[in-house]
Amino acid sequence: MRKSKHIQVENLSKIYRVADKKPGLKGTFSHFFNRSTNNVEAVKGVNFSIEAGEIVGFLGANGAGKTTILKMLCGLIHPTNGYINVAGFSPQRRQNAFLKEITLVMGQKQQLIWDLPPMDSFQVNAAVYGILEMESKNIIFELAEMLDIGNELYRPVRKLSLGQRMKAELLASLIHSPSVLFLDEPTLGLDVNAQSRVRGFLTEYNKRTNATILLTSHYMADITTLCPRILCVHEGQIIYDGDLDSLSSRLNPNKKIIFEVRSDVSKESFSKYGKIQEINKGFISLLVSRNKVNFIVNQLLSDFEIVDLEIKDPPIDELIGDIFSNGKVL
Amino acid sequence: MKIFGLSPRVIKVLLTTQYANMLEYRIEIALWALSGILPFIMLSLWTESNTANTFSFTNIELSRYFLSAFLVRQFSVVWVVFLFEEDALLGRLSPYLLQPIHPLWRYVSSHLAEQLTRFPFAFLIAFIFFTLNPSSFWIPSFPRFLFACIATNFAFIIAFLLQSLIASLCFWSEKASSLERLIFVPYLFLSGLLVPLSAFPSHILKFVLYTPFPYLINFPARILSGMPVDILKIISIQIIWILILTPIVRFLWQIGVRRYTAMGS
Repeated sequence: MRKSKHIQVENLSKIYRVADKKPGLKGTFSHFFNRSTNNVEAVKGVNFSIEAGEIVGFLGANGAGKTTILKMLCGLIHPTNGYINVAGFSPQRRQNAFLKEITLVMGQKQQLIWDLPPMDSFQVNAAVYGILEMESKNIIFELAEMLDIGNELYRPVRKLSLGQRMKAELLASLIHSPSVLFLDEPTLGLDVNAQSRVRGFLTEYNKRTNATILLTSHYMADITTLCPRILCVHEGQIIYDGDLDSLSSRLNPNKKIIFEVRSDVSKESFSKYGKIQEINKGFISLLVSRNKVNFIVNQLLSDFEIVDLEIKDPPIDELIGDIFSNGKVL
Repeated sequence: MKIFGLSPRVIKVLLTTQYANMLEYRIEIALWALSGILPFIMLSLWTESNTANTFSFTNIELSRYFLSAFLVRQFSVVWVVFLFEEDALLGRLSPYLLQPIHPLWRYVSSHLAEQLTRFPFAFLIAFIFFTLNPSSFWIPSFPRFLFACIATNFAFIIAFLLQSLIASLCFWSEKASSLERLIFVPYLFLSGLLVPLSAFPSHILKFVLYTPFPYLINFPARILSGMPVDILKIISIQIIWILILTPIVRFLWQIGVRRYTAMGS
């Protein structure tokens, strides 16, 4: 049963011991001579499994525990309790065979050598992972083509833009063709175009290699574009595991119908169709129950002379924001 | 064939890449080499105060000793604590820990590459020293030179292990560089960098010889400068220190890495 899953997590917990200090001089002396510590349960009995080739997004507010889960999955930190199996290995043992199966990319954290061109760092990584020289060159040029970087490979890292550096970081992390990618905020700080290119690359990489990808991001576009499945983490617990559409419909049972009518119509004329959100000249925005959308749209089309019509979900950022503040999915 | 678990290709790529990296910092390295002239300052101090005889050295022997101390120091200086602390605090250690090579090998390669970069500067300083002080010129016999090279390399390994031991404490204390002072001060006074150990009272010297510090500068420098010394005994003691420190570093690393919280990332 366990072996059929690429990643299996059971009852995973992590407790950190954190020192507390009160403000002021008194607090400073008290902290110096008699340090008090608290146990902070960052992850509380988490369970989930992930199939090979899935792209899964971890969503959660800052400090929710998503990065801690990611770090335990890649073996960087040891869990306090629980069972983890990634690609058939126990991550915390950090066996070489396991390390060759995974990679961790952290936005704004770099492994490239600052004063040398990325190519030098790639060659170090290729040698460390035991990839033959010719094979490594083929992999580097294939990935460089996918990432749309060429000349940048031979320029010192310090001379590259943030977007170019991130692409080079991704390339350095993928030289050994890992089957599991852990991405912690991979698009952090990138401009919209660079974010989009990184997302495009990850989608393509997943298609080509069937690699399992787990990512955390605060950019909803990363999640909506890349992740068919999301895990919502709140105060160290997983409060939702499923696809984004289902989450969206569970969180908000309504859809928004925005339309334009040719002639001026009074506000009262629309109140029977749904909750009026906005009327501005000929533009009307209605909030309608999801299961009545088709019926209402047909009614509107037959009752009015509609110039334009659009059906929308409420912005996902707002819905996720609600989860973060409420800590539960209805 | 593997050397310490590393393939020749990994060793070659690590060294060439780190050498290329160090060449980017050649001016800084030249300045670092210059900043290592402490032994020459001590030489002029001891020569001016006519205390050479109290060390049982002639002035020429004293000159040769301090030049040798300078050269040994140039090729055995270690700063792994500072590299490790910076990498740990900035989160750069995390990707290193997730690669199938021990992170300490990266630091070893950067130190070796830096030594190679220092070589011409150290050679130039030695040349200037002999030009200004021609009476102290000497060429060690080939076996002496060879043993001095071996002893200097062992001194580097011992210093590296000592600092790695302190660096491992980074897993417990985020500021291990302050703990480095614990070994820097005894290193400064007991290694022979400031004064040859023959100047020490015999009861203190007896104690000092039980520490690793004299084997970092004093004895390798004595071998290079051609002074009478039991070379095989010195090298044997260096090997014993390496054999003692290696498992301690490995043990501390193993238990320390379990405490790692990937701070800064």
